Amino acid sequence: MTTTFIHPLTGFVEKTFVITEFELRKLRHDFTELVTRALQPALWLLIFGQVFSRSGAMHTGNIPYLDFIAPGILAQSVLFVAIFYGINVIWERDLGIVQKFLASPTPRAALVLGKGFSAGIRTLSQTVVVYGLSLLLGVKLNWHPLALLNVVVVVVLAATLFSTFSLIIACIVKTRERFMGVGQVLTMPLFFASNAIYPTSIMPGWLKIVSHLNPLTYVVDALRTFMLAGSTSGFGLSRDYAVILLSTTVLVFIGARLYPRLAS
Amino acid sequence: MIKIFGTLLWGDLGLAGYLMSDIVLEIKALTRRFGTFTAVDALTLSVKAGEVFGLLGSNGAGKTTTIKMLTTLLAPSSGEARVAGFSITKDAVEVRRAIGYVPQAVSVDGSLTGYENLLIFAKLYDLPHGEQQARIREALEFMGLTADGGRMVGQYSGGMVRRLEIAQSTLHRPRVLFLDEPTVGLDPIARDAVWKHLVDLRTNYGTTLFFTTHYLEEAQSYCDRIAIMHLGKLDALGTCKELEASLGDGGHTLNDVFVHYAGSALDSGGSFRDVGAERATAQRLG
Repeated sequence: MTTTFIHPLTGFVEKTFVITEFELRKLRHDFTELVTRALQPALWLLIFGQVFSRSGAMHTGNIPYLDFIAPGILAQSVLFVAIFYGINVIWERDLGIVQKFLASPTPRAALVLGKGFSAGIRTLSQTVVVYGLSLLLGVKLNWHPLALLNVVVVVVLAATLFSTFSLIIACIVKTRERFMGVGQVLTMPLFFASNAIYPTSIMPGWLKIVSHLNPLTYVVDALRTFMLAGSTSGFGLSRDYAVILLSTTVLVFIGARLYPRLAS
Repeated sequence: MIKIFGTLLWGDLGLAGYLMSDIVLEIKALTRRFGTFTAVDALTLSVKAGEVFGLLGSNGAGKTTTIKMLTTLLAPSSGEARVAGFSITKDAVEVRRAIGYVPQAVSVDGSLTGYENLLIFAKLYDLPHGEQQARIREALEFMGLTADGGRMVGQYSGGMVRRLEIAQSTLHRPRVLFLDEPTVGLDPIARDAVWKHLVDLRTNYGTTLFFTTHYLEEAQSYCDRIAIMHLGKLDALGTCKELEASLGDGGHTLNDVFVHYAGSALDSGGSFRDVGAERATAQRLG
């Protein structure tokens, strides 16, 4: 038997991208998912956004309400899709796919992060739709290439974060029925206890505290800063990135520890 | 009481013993408890390199739990096993490099082509880049799937899926291939084809095969040795002939042996989930 020596970190990065690559190959064979994903943000922007914009009920300072929620809807649609990502690993467990990967020498963290990244890349279709509709609705977007690049990075990281969270739930509950229940219960609080569709300044005190513990709030803040022309960050971009990266790292670590539970 | 026939192959010799004796799988007092239930109870046995070894038993006998421990998917409660010289508890990653595993359920991805299913494992097992394509071609050819490599696995027949799974699990030329119910849900022709390829693997690459089955006639036709488990314990171990002879004179069949050692299948369990998984597999492959 030949044993190849591979530096653990190089091996980890390489294996992560192998997992991502094959998740994306599946998408190439069947891209209907990308189309269905695009529908949700369209409904929120065109119906919810339009109505609330007319009502004038939300005080969003010097930016119009539609501009305010466009990045929020992007973050929300990323969250809503990512939070159910775990159902895939339960499906793969009910087949024998998870077991076979776990019996291979692939680092567990690479299995988890690779899947997370693929969830991130899948959300790019939603980003394109939100940008397209925002343009039609007259949202003042920032088209600077660096700003666009940052939006992509934040969206991919956010999807990685929430899909890994979803994977952790899947590792704990293990069955589809329980997973759907827990997923439903978690989505709305994460969404409403954030600055996605209203500013935290109008929240009651307790909710404001909860929203500051919610990573989605920082995702929305970063997206709002990068997407809109002339917008400034509420928390500071370095704090946004720090919260997003740290949460993702911690969740990947926990996910890697729990993933083997799916095989037993 | 355990009936053991022929030679008991393990000795307390460690790695040196393994190298000298050509034992590829050495299980000692391996035990797994789930709460108060003991799924595998102090299992001890050894398998020689190149052997085709069948683990038999009724539902709930502990066969799948045993395979999960040997493939490092489940930690033992106590006891130890060495696979290709590596400890399943201390050197799990080395064990994973040395083995191949075909789970009972369908383990290839239906939303990829056969070729892609193999490519991902070629990469995960660090096959040298220059060799990957040749190995995949060879594996497809070996399993009689050359013409179907580019097709989506979702369109494969049950027998083809199993053959692809075996190709995937043996790309890296494992020392030991573990198979959990490899032919469940297949029609007799597909079963024969799968076995023909498994036997070829042993002949051409010296791969040791360790598998569980419900089909006694398969054990009879292909196994060098058989172990019968009942309620987590090893009840009998030996060649098919030895086991048949152990019941005394009068032309006993392996079926008689099975009933003698494992009892009637009615008295034992198999969880709802296990039974459900098995039927689901049969349905997907059939």
